[in-house]
Amino acid sequence: MFKILKYSFYDLMRSSWSYVYFLFYLGLGSVLLFLNNDVSKAVITLMNIIVVLTPLIGTIFGVMYYYNSREFTELLLAQPLKRSTIFIGQYLGVAISLSLSLVIGLGIPFLAYGLLQSSEIFNFLSLIIVGAFLTFIFVALAFNIALSNENKIKGFGYAILMWLFLAVIYDGLFLISLVMLQEYPLDKFSLIATMFNPIDLSRILILLKLDISALLGYTGAVFQKFFGTNFGMVISFSVLSLWVVFPILRILFKSKRKDF
Amino acid sequence: MIEIKNLYKKFGKVEVLKGLDLTINPNTSEGGIFAVLGPNGSGKTTLIKSILGMVIPNNGEIEIQGKSVLKKHQYRNNINYLPQIANFPSNLSVNELIKMVKNLRPKPAADQEFIDLFRLEPFLDKKLGNLSGGTKQKVNILLTFMFDSELIILDEPTTGLDPISLLNLKKIIVAEKEKGKMILITSHIMSFVEEMADEIVFLLDGKIYFKGTLAAIKEQTKQTDLEHAIAAILTKENV
Repeated sequence: MFKILKYSFYDLMRSSWSYVYFLFYLGLGSVLLFLNNDVSKAVITLMNIIVVLTPLIGTIFGVMYYYNSREFTELLLAQPLKRSTIFIGQYLGVAISLSLSLVIGLGIPFLAYGLLQSSEIFNFLSLIIVGAFLTFIFVALAFNIALSNENKIKGFGYAILMWLFLAVIYDGLFLISLVMLQEYPLDKFSLIATMFNPIDLSRILILLKLDISALLGYTGAVFQKFFGTNFGMVISFSVLSLWVVFPILRILFKSKRKDF
Repeated sequence: MIEIKNLYKKFGKVEVLKGLDLTINPNTSEGGIFAVLGPNGSGKTTLIKSILGMVIPNNGEIEIQGKSVLKKHQYRNNINYLPQIANFPSNLSVNELIKMVKNLRPKPAADQEFIDLFRLEPFLDKKLGNLSGGTKQKVNILLTFMFDSELIILDEPTTGLDPISLLNLKKIIVAEKEKGKMILITSHIMSFVEEMADEIVFLLDGKIYFKGTLAAIKEQTKQTDLEHAIAAILTKENV
């Protein structure tokens, strides 16, 4: 598996898109920090961007990589390798290289700004961890969609729809349902609804960490009241991990039964 | 030796293989090169990919050297496969790709021999994405033949090759045959098949329609060359 991972990783690390992604975060991080002159404000702005952007990039890269490497996958399938080795190797190659672009791209400006002396370091770390989690989740979801759709255009379409749904539409539906059902106690409902959307979950996780109750919104407030800050973070991290584990299990399951 | 029993495969509603039985045994046959022929959509590639484990059959059994290969992966260490379309990660160089494939198979490889033969030396440090179709096919052939394996499977090996490389390919195939290898080839170029193959396996409608020597198929259809013999089978079936 590590051999496949290594080569997928090299392949991606040399593609210009990894650098564009890296430079984007580098630029974004620097501009926010040096214009804002305030680490915690920069972290909040970055959160809003990361929570939407990393899923989008993960989805697009995941689908693109899978379809682009189809023939190469066939070459690998003719080698004495298990299917799980091939697909998990490729998945990790994509997810790790994207996460690295994020970590290094944001890490450099923050370190340059003197993050290590600041008390914000843990907030920054949780931001990076959440970004990496979202990358791993959405690359896995994208691989799932690509594995289930032979047709590239369809696969791409579904993947973008999935992102749009989780990043935008889900919140809209959530709000509408809260307004429509406002006579009823909605704590449990909103808690559970948050668990089913990794983007919402990540947002709450970071806001809990930053301890900005004004920005938490309804779900976040319920979340904090229900679980408390520390327990809430443990819960949301565990659910995020499940969001990584289940799609990976489905990759394993699907790839075993697929014809190439 | 390959033994296939009662193989079924459906893609959606289309039944491609319908109870295919086939035994390929180089010891009891005339020689080692078997051509798998058939019209488009007859199941040639599906059959080959089932043997490689890339397509998972709905039903049936495939045995190589007496051992079942379904759901296994180690047996592929002893198979060299040349896929129809060669497409590699575009950001790796030729050298890195060769190293990687060598890395994945724990056995000695004769890559230098083929690099010299196909004059690939100047391309070794180039990225695969920048190579022409013919050069990619040469790399593909190199990756296929650099290992010493009992079974060699070639899916349309002549695609995109210039005449010199085609001659080289034929030489390689003959040399491998003389080493006692079993070679399966699919091709639509009948002159190539006629020149190379010892036996023909003709697929029609997901089953083996004919299996035997070149002479036998010509005799059966009363034709003088393979192209017409195949055409005769197909027109007879359609009437």
